[in-house]
Amino acid sequence: MATFGVIVFPGSNCDHDAYHAAKDVLGQEAEYIWHKDTDLKGADVVILPGGFAHGDYLRCGAMARFSPIMREVAAFAARGGPVLGICNGFQVLLEAGLLPGAMLRNRSLKFQCEHVHVRVEQTDTPFTLACARGQVLRIPIAHGEGNYFADPDVIARLEANRQVIFRYTNAAGELDAAANPNGSASAIAGLCNDARNVVGLMPHPERACESALGSADGLVIFESVVQSLTSGALVARA
Amino acid sequence: MMDPQVLERHGLKPDEYERILRFLGREPNLTELGIFSVMWSEHCSYKSSRVHLKTLPTDGPQVLQGPGENAGAIDIGEGLAAVFKIESHNHPSFIEPYQGAATGVGGIIRDIFTMGARPIALLNSLRFGSLDAPGTSRLLEGVVAGIAGYGNSIGIPTVGGEIAFEPSYAGNPLVNVFCLGIAKASDIIKGVASGVGNAVYYVGAKTGRDGIHGATMASAEFDDKSAEKRPAVQVGDPFMEKLLLEACLEVMRTDALVGIQDMGAAGLTCSTTEMGSRGGAGVEIDVSLVPQRESGMTPYEIMLSESQERMLLVVKRGREAEVERIFGKWDLHASHIGEVTDDGFLRVKNRGTVVAEIPNRALTDEAPVYRRPMEPPDYLAEVQRLDLESLDAGASTAPGGASIAPSSNAALLSLLASPTIGSKRWVYRQYDHMVRTNTLNTPGQGAGVVRIKGTDRALALSVDGNGRYCYLDPYRGAILAVAEAARNVACAGARPLGATNCLNFGNPERPAIMWQFARAVEGIGAACRALDVPITGGNVSLYNETDGRAIYPTPVIGIVGLLEHADRVVSRAFRKTGDAVILLGEGRGELGGSEYVKVVYDLVRGVPPAIDLAAERALQLLLVALADARLIRSAHDCSDGGLAVTVAECCFDTGGVGVEVSIGGVEVSRRAAVNCAAALFGESSSRVVISAAPESVRVVLARAASAGVPAAVVGRVGGTAIRIAVGGTDAIDVPVDECERAWSTAIERYFAQKVA
Repeated sequence: MATFGVIVFPGSNCDHDAYHAAKDVLGQEAEYIWHKDTDLKGADVVILPGGFAHGDYLRCGAMARFSPIMREVAAFAARGGPVLGICNGFQVLLEAGLLPGAMLRNRSLKFQCEHVHVRVEQTDTPFTLACARGQVLRIPIAHGEGNYFADPDVIARLEANRQVIFRYTNAAGELDAAANPNGSASAIAGLCNDARNVVGLMPHPERACESALGSADGLVIFESVVQSLTSGALVARA
Repeated sequence: MMDPQVLERHGLKPDEYERILRFLGREPNLTELGIFSVMWSEHCSYKSSRVHLKTLPTDGPQVLQGPGENAGAIDIGEGLAAVFKIESHNHPSFIEPYQGAATGVGGIIRDIFTMGARPIALLNSLRFGSLDAPGTSRLLEGVVAGIAGYGNSIGIPTVGGEIAFEPSYAGNPLVNVFCLGIAKASDIIKGVASGVGNAVYYVGAKTGRDGIHGATMASAEFDDKSAEKRPAVQVGDPFMEKLLLEACLEVMRTDALVGIQDMGAAGLTCSTTEMGSRGGAGVEIDVSLVPQRESGMTPYEIMLSESQERMLLVVKRGREAEVERIFGKWDLHASHIGEVTDDGFLRVKNRGTVVAEIPNRALTDEAPVYRRPMEPPDYLAEVQRLDLESLDAGASTAPGGASIAPSSNAALLSLLASPTIGSKRWVYRQYDHMVRTNTLNTPGQGAGVVRIKGTDRALALSVDGNGRYCYLDPYRGAILAVAEAARNVACAGARPLGATNCLNFGNPERPAIMWQFARAVEGIGAACRALDVPITGGNVSLYNETDGRAIYPTPVIGIVGLLEHADRVVSRAFRKTGDAVILLGEGRGELGGSEYVKVVYDLVRGVPPAIDLAAERALQLLLVALADARLIRSAHDCSDGGLAVTVAECCFDTGGVGVEVSIGGVEVSRRAAVNCAAALFGESSSRVVISAAPESVRVVLARAASAGVPAAVVGRVGGTAIRIAVGGTDAIDVPVDECERAWSTAIERYFAQKVA
């Protein structure tokens, strides 16, 4: 049994959804962790959920990185603990320097909520190890600023280190400008850090864990981390 | 004696001022005059509408809370309550579309969580001028962005709604927002102040000079100087509201609270007087203790400000520290600004000196009530005449086309491409409609459906109105609006349980408008009684006029229905090739007030379709039973554009699967072409297109027969075209792809150049 720690910033609004996916759908343990807390309550995996932390009136995630719990999250990540940032959580990881790059406004200049397709590029992370390489997942996005940007040399390094974990594709898994919903550089939907234990992605796998909601393709991401923890591939307790 | 100009600026009539003098037994000071003016404004007092609203049905075994509170509530089983309401934000949205719409969303959400319910779904009903007209796209873009900006940020999904475009709304768009929340039935909290000595707390955003006299503005017509009223529109802060929402729900889980109310229209004035009035108590506050955003604010300004995201709470004596601690956790400061008293007065002090003292009942129960004169509008007799013989069903859409078939194809494509009928994806893609992972039917599939976690249940929600019908016949139009909203909910498989209404009309001081209002309310009452959906609350928005031209009378109805088994939900699109297509109900070829007559002939004429409410009720109950027995695979009601548009819409989002349908003809004119159009595009009510597996057909028909609902197999799902024959003659044959392209770009194409 793995324990998911779901960080709650003021303005987080997908915290319930991540908790529900972990606890009710996967049958794992889950804990909410308030952003002012200073310990991770024994979490085996940390999720930074979607939402608008602190209202995101400044750059998305720019204030959340200063929340007290982020020191613990960074330390947990440094010990090799698996950390998943979803949507706003991804933005927070970028602002906190746990992942490289930044987010621009969507190419459409509008918030977009819809199902998209992402291709799993790498399976040697705790969040993709149960996936097949090249597997196409149908998962929703819901963001206004998900247009990933980094300097060309940073992108080149990410590619060389195989840190691009998810890419926007069409349903057949082919790169296609029309299938890149927000204009992200190199169609990047998600990436990992050097050590591969910190993963951020803009799409919401927690919204795609039950077929009644239109797709259960996101479940494999949560199953991956449970598998990686129980198989002993990762042993870093908070 | 008060300067008449001061009275006029406050929207108070001389006889209303006399009434104030009688209540106070003296001249009011300016602060008191301001308080009277907002509380007696149409927006807060319902002075023109009240006598009519009293006739609406509001009772039923399912009703836990009827009108009069912040929102209504119905029993949905398993100890839970659905708390919901619809409200307008028309005037602010015209003046400043983004903030007007955003703060409308913020206001309705507060009304819901104030009742102790967690908000779980939003809908909206929007009306604009023609999309071709200058300025409409800007208004639409601003309103949608405002709704999205607020709802997305606070994390409540927008799961459905409706949008219509008619020139009548060009100078006065309608922005009606609906919110649904879930509470434990036993834990519903009310907006009451009681218990002498209990503390009155203020929580949330600081008070500024924004929105002063917003309620008064919402009670006046627009003219070319309306832009000067911009400062009366408030600015929304969804993050502050998110904190308030979470903190208030946490406070409500204790039993430290006596009552709570949001500060919406008329701000601190309305919340203090209404809470006192409901609790039969008085409230005394000191405005110097109210957190202020600007310096030098007068008691008048503080009492009348409509700054957003503010709540008023009455806390049990001795429990103050507990409540303050919870707000502190969310970095909110709860300010103790006064006490509950036993004298029934609203007493406002400033640093201890009384600056206003008014009996609550003078501001609430004994506010003026008008039985305004009514008289049928002059235009009615003329517009109700629709001469079908003069319609040339061939010429308008297919110049040079001699045969009927091509013109029916063209008419179908024109209707599908009309923004009122076309896909609203451009709009709802901007709304987060999935957050909270409960949305079973997303926007564009009919009623929005949200499941209730922890139970097997789900709720279906729909908001509907039809201003054109109501313009042609407000009584029948209102009945049709209630019926359509309830039918949409039933199409999802849910039993309609309760209703809320938002009544958008022109200037009630004009007898023709008042007549429209009264007739529409009678229609709503008749329909709600027959369909067993009591009205649990709502909102009235009058003075929707610009330069003396009123909008179409537009009652918008929100209906909530219950699915006992969430997994039996039904939606619009056909599911499987080979399934039988069944038409429930009967077409009578009624073209009066139809989208067809408007789009093809640019006419708004005729009498709206007739409706038999008993037959409608039977149809709705049948739909619920069929869904519950898992006998149907899709259901979609016939409304704008008639059967042909409905059948086409059932083919969309299926990956291009078509349909072949054959229906009987109708005889409404001497001309064959008109009869054909009437069969295809007539908007006869109480009709639903369902699809069912071939092996289920016999049972479906038998169930329909025993329910007394006309039902006939009219076709089969399959192929890649939409083919419809009328009276044995092929009338429509268009590839699904072509139809879907027309439909899906209906709104998008107005913004195409701006989309990367």
